[in-house]
Amino acid sequence: MNVKAQIMDADKMRRALVRIAHEILERNKGTENLVLVGIRRRGVPLAKRLQRIIEEIEGVKLPLGVLDITLYRDDLTTLSPHPVIHSTEIPFNITGKKVVLVDDVLFTGRTVRAALDALMDLGRPRSIQLAVLIDRGHRELPIRADYVGKNVPTSLKEEIAVQVKEIDGVDQVLICAVPERTAGP
Amino acid sequence: MVLKSKHLLGLKDLTRQEIELILDTAGPMKEIIQRDIKKVPTLRGKLVVTLFYEPSTRTRTSFELAAKYMGADTVSIATSTSSVAKGESLRDTAQTLAAMGADAVIIRHSAAGSPVLLARYIKASVINGGDGMHEHPTQALLDMFTIREKMGRIEGLKVVILGDILHSRVARSNIWGLTKMGAEVRVVGPPTLIPEGIENLGVKVFYRVEEALRGADVVNVLRIQRERQKKGLFPSLREYALLYQLTPERLRLAKPGALVLHPGPMNRGIEISPAVADGLQSAITEQVTNGVAVRMALLYLLIGGGR
Amino acid sequence: MMKILLRGGRVIDPSQDLDKVADVLVSGDRIAAIGENLEKDRETKVLDVGGCIVAPGFIDMHVHLREPGYEQKETIATGTRAAAAGGFTAVACMPNTQPVADNAAVIAYIRERARAVGVVRVYPIGALSKGSKGEELAEIYDLVEAGAVAISDDGNPVMNAEVMRRALEYTRLFNIPVISHCEDLNLTAGGVMHEGFVSTILGLRGIPAASEQVMVARDVILAGLTGGRLHLAHLSSAGSLHILKEAKSKGVKVTAEVTPHHLCLTDEAVIGYDTTTKVNPPLRSEEDRQALEEALRDGLLDVLATDHAPHTEEEKDVEYDIAPFGISGLETAIPLVVTRLVEKGRLSWQRLIEAWSCRPASILNIPGGSLKEGSIADITVIAPDWEKEVDVDTFYSLGKNSPFQGLKLKGWPLVTIVAGRLVMENGRVLY
Repeated sequence: MNVKAQIMDADKMRRALVRIAHEILERNKGTENLVLVGIRRRGVPLAKRLQRIIEEIEGVKLPLGVLDITLYRDDLTTLSPHPVIHSTEIPFNITGKKVVLVDDVLFTGRTVRAALDALMDLGRPRSIQLAVLIDRGHRELPIRADYVGKNVPTSLKEEIAVQVKEIDGVDQVLICAVPERTAGP
Repeated sequence: MVLKSKHLLGLKDLTRQEIELILDTAGPMKEIIQRDIKKVPTLRGKLVVTLFYEPSTRTRTSFELAAKYMGADTVSIATSTSSVAKGESLRDTAQTLAAMGADAVIIRHSAAGSPVLLARYIKASVINGGDGMHEHPTQALLDMFTIREKMGRIEGLKVVILGDILHSRVARSNIWGLTKMGAEVRVVGPPTLIPEGIENLGVKVFYRVEEALRGADVVNVLRIQRERQKKGLFPSLREYALLYQLTPERLRLAKPGALVLHPGPMNRGIEISPAVADGLQSAITEQVTNGVAVRMALLYLLIGGGR
Repeated sequence: MMKILLRGGRVIDPSQDLDKVADVLVSGDRIAAIGENLEKDRETKVLDVGGCIVAPGFIDMHVHLREPGYEQKETIATGTRAAAAGGFTAVACMPNTQPVADNAAVIAYIRERARAVGVVRVYPIGALSKGSKGEELAEIYDLVEAGAVAISDDGNPVMNAEVMRRALEYTRLFNIPVISHCEDLNLTAGGVMHEGFVSTILGLRGIPAASEQVMVARDVILAGLTGGRLHLAHLSSAGSLHILKEAKSKGVKVTAEVTPHHLCLTDEAVIGYDTTTKVNPPLRSEEDRQALEEALRDGLLDVLATDHAPHTEEEKDVEYDIAPFGISGLETAIPLVVTRLVEKGRLSWQRLIEAWSCRPASILNIPGGSLKEGSIADITVIAPDWEKEVDVDTFYSLGKNSPFQGLKLKGWPLVTIVAGRLVMENGRVLY
C-alpha cells in the first residue's frame, strides 16, 4: 500500500463517531424504532461502536444487524474470482423501523444501492438513513449520506483505507495512491 | 477461492477445498430461503435449463427453486429416456440449448457419463443432476451440508451408507465427498448389491447392518428400487426389510443422537421404519431445504461471476 | 507377365522357417523366387524394401464388412481398401449382415461384390443358425458350396448348448471350423464394459469375465464331445485361457484368437466415457491383458484378428449406454501390435506373422500364409521404423470409431500385394 497521508487517527475517529451518534439521536428524536445495520465488512465494527456510544448516551442498546451485499452487487460478472459470500444476520424484523445503514466509505454509491435493494428484500422499513465515516465523492448514482464523519476530496488515482482495531488491529484512515493498473472506479 | 472447473460432473473431480467452498457458500444461501422475500438478483438475466431424461420432481424442483431464488430464469425440458434412442440425440439437444443461450444446464439421465458428453458439446456450465449409477454430486453435497450443520463437522465421523450400493449414484458421490472430507465411510447391503472393488475407494464393506451401525455417527439410508427384486438381486422386499430396514432397535446400535438421512423419496416400512423416518434423529425434511441452499451456492459459484 | 521384385527386405516366413535378408520375385500371381541379387528384366517393377519386413500376406479372419444391409457403416469396397491399407491381403467376413448370411444367395452376393469392387481376398463366413438366432442350424452344406469358409453366429452367442453341439457335429462333414462368440447373455445382463473397479467408479453396468468363461468352458466340452473344430473368437480374459490350455492339452480341436485392442488397452481406457472404447467382449483388466499377451507369445492363442467393427459417427456419438459395440481396427492393427509388443521385445516377428498369416490360412483352409516358391503371391511388407500418428480422417474404412486416434505408432504396413498385384504402396491404396 502506497500511503500518502493519514486522514484520521484513533482519537479523531472516535470523535467523528460520537458526533454521528449525537446527530442520529437528534434527527430521530431519540431511539424509538431505531435500528443499526452494518455493511460487511468494515461497516460492521463501526455500527457496533455507534451502538455502544448511543447506549452510553441514552442507556438504550439499539438492535444491530449485519448485511452482506455480495449477492446484490452489479459488478459480479466482471469479478473473478468470486467474492466469498457471508451471511446476512438481521435478527429482527425491519418493517416499520428507522434503519441506519452504516458503512466505512461512500464512493460511487453502488454498494449503498446494493444494500438498499438487500434491505428492501428483508422487509419494508419506515425509513433508511445512511451513516459513513468518510465521503470521498465521485458518486455514480444519486445517493447521499445523512451522516458523514469527514468529507475527503480525492482523485480517482487515490484510495481511502479505513482501518479498524477489530479487523486491522489499528484505528486510522489513510489515503493511498492506487497502482496504475487498477486505477479508476 | 474458486471452483477449478466450470462444470460439476461429479465429486470425484473436486478437492476438499472446493467442497468446503460450496458448503460454506450454502450457509448464507439457507438464510435467504428463510426470508419472506426469497429472492436475490445475483443471477438476473441468466438462463438455467433443467434437462431431465428421467422423471424426478424432487431434484428438478430443487434446482428450479434454487435458480429462481437467485434471480435466474429457468426452462425445464423433460424427455423420457425411452425416447432417447429414437429421438433427438444429446448432441443436437445440446446445440439447441446453446442456441437458446443457456448459462447452466442441469442434466439428469439414466446413462452414466451423459453429463460428460454434454459438457463436450456445450459452452454453458453443466451440472450433473444424477447420471445412471455414476454420480449425483448435489445430493451428496446437501447430505454433507446437513451432516456438518447438525454434527458440527464431517472429519472423523463414522458414516454408514445403507442399501443398494451397486446401483446408487448417491452412494458413489457420498463416498467420494465424505472420504475427501475425512469421514470414515461404511457401506452395508446384501452382497448382490455391493459393487465390485468398492473397498478400493477407502470404504469398509459390511453385509450385516447391525455390525455396520455399531458406533456410527450418521446413517444415510438409500432408496431400494422395486425393479431390483424383479431382476433377482434379492428374493423379496419382505426379506430385504427383515435384513436391512433401519428400525429404532437397529438405530440404537449407533451412537446416541446419530443422524439419519435419506435422499428420498422413501419407501416407508421397507428400507426405513416410519418411527425412524419421523423420529428426532431424522433430518430428512431438513435435507430438502438444504438441497435448495447447496444448489443456490453452486449456481452462484459456477455462473455468478466472470470467467 | 507382370513382375515385382521386392529388393533387400528381411524376409520372414514361418511356414518354411525362413528369416533372412533377401529379394523376393513375384511373377504373375505366384512367388517366383526368393534369393540374393535376383535378376530383373525390363518389365519388372522394383520396390526397394531395405530395412522392412517381407512376410506372407496377413489374413484377418474376423472382420465385419457390413455389406449387404449396413452400407452406411462399411461396404465391401471400403472395407477391403481399409484391409489393403492396413497390410492385409485377405479377410474373412462375419455373417451378421442384413439379411444375415445364412443362405447361399448372400454368400454368393458377397463373393460377387468382392470380385467386382474388392481389392483384397474376401472369404465369407456363413451363419451357424438361421437368422443367427441360435435356434435352428442354417443350411451349412449350401453355405459351404457357395464358398463359406467357416460358420459363426458372431455378434451373438449361441445360447442353446444343443444347437452348438449339433453345429460342431454336423460341420465334421465339411471340415470347417465353428467360430464361437463366447458370451453368456444372462451374465452380461445389459452390461457395457468390463465388470470391475473401473465400472464401479464410472457407474456403468459391468460384463463379468465369467460371461465369456462359462461359454468357453461349455464350447470346449462340446468340441470334445463331438470332435468338431472349434475356433474361439476374440478371447479377452485370463480365465478363458486356462480353460483353453486344458482343452488343448486333452487334444480337443480348438483354436483361438485375440484382438489388438484387447492386447493394448484395458478397462481404464473407458474412463471419460469415450464410446470408441465400447467393444464386445469389453476391454478387461491389466492382468487379463498381460495373460493374453503371454498366451499369444507362447502360441496358446493361435491367431491375431481385428474384429474390425465399423460404425457411423452418429451411431457412436451418443451416451455410452446406447452406443453400439465395436472398434474400426483394420487400419491400426499391425502398427499397434508392432509398437506395443514387437518393438518392445514382447513378441517375435515370427510369432506375429505366424498368428496373422500362417495360422489363419490353415484354420480356414485357404490359400496363403506362405512365401514358398510357387505359392500365391500374397505379400505384406511392414516398415518397422515408419512412425506416424493415427488419423481416423485418413481411414479408408467408413468406420472412424477408433480409440487410438492421435496415437503415435511405429511399424506401419508399406506394401500390400494380392495375387501378384500391387494394391497398396506407402499407405496409399492404388485401386
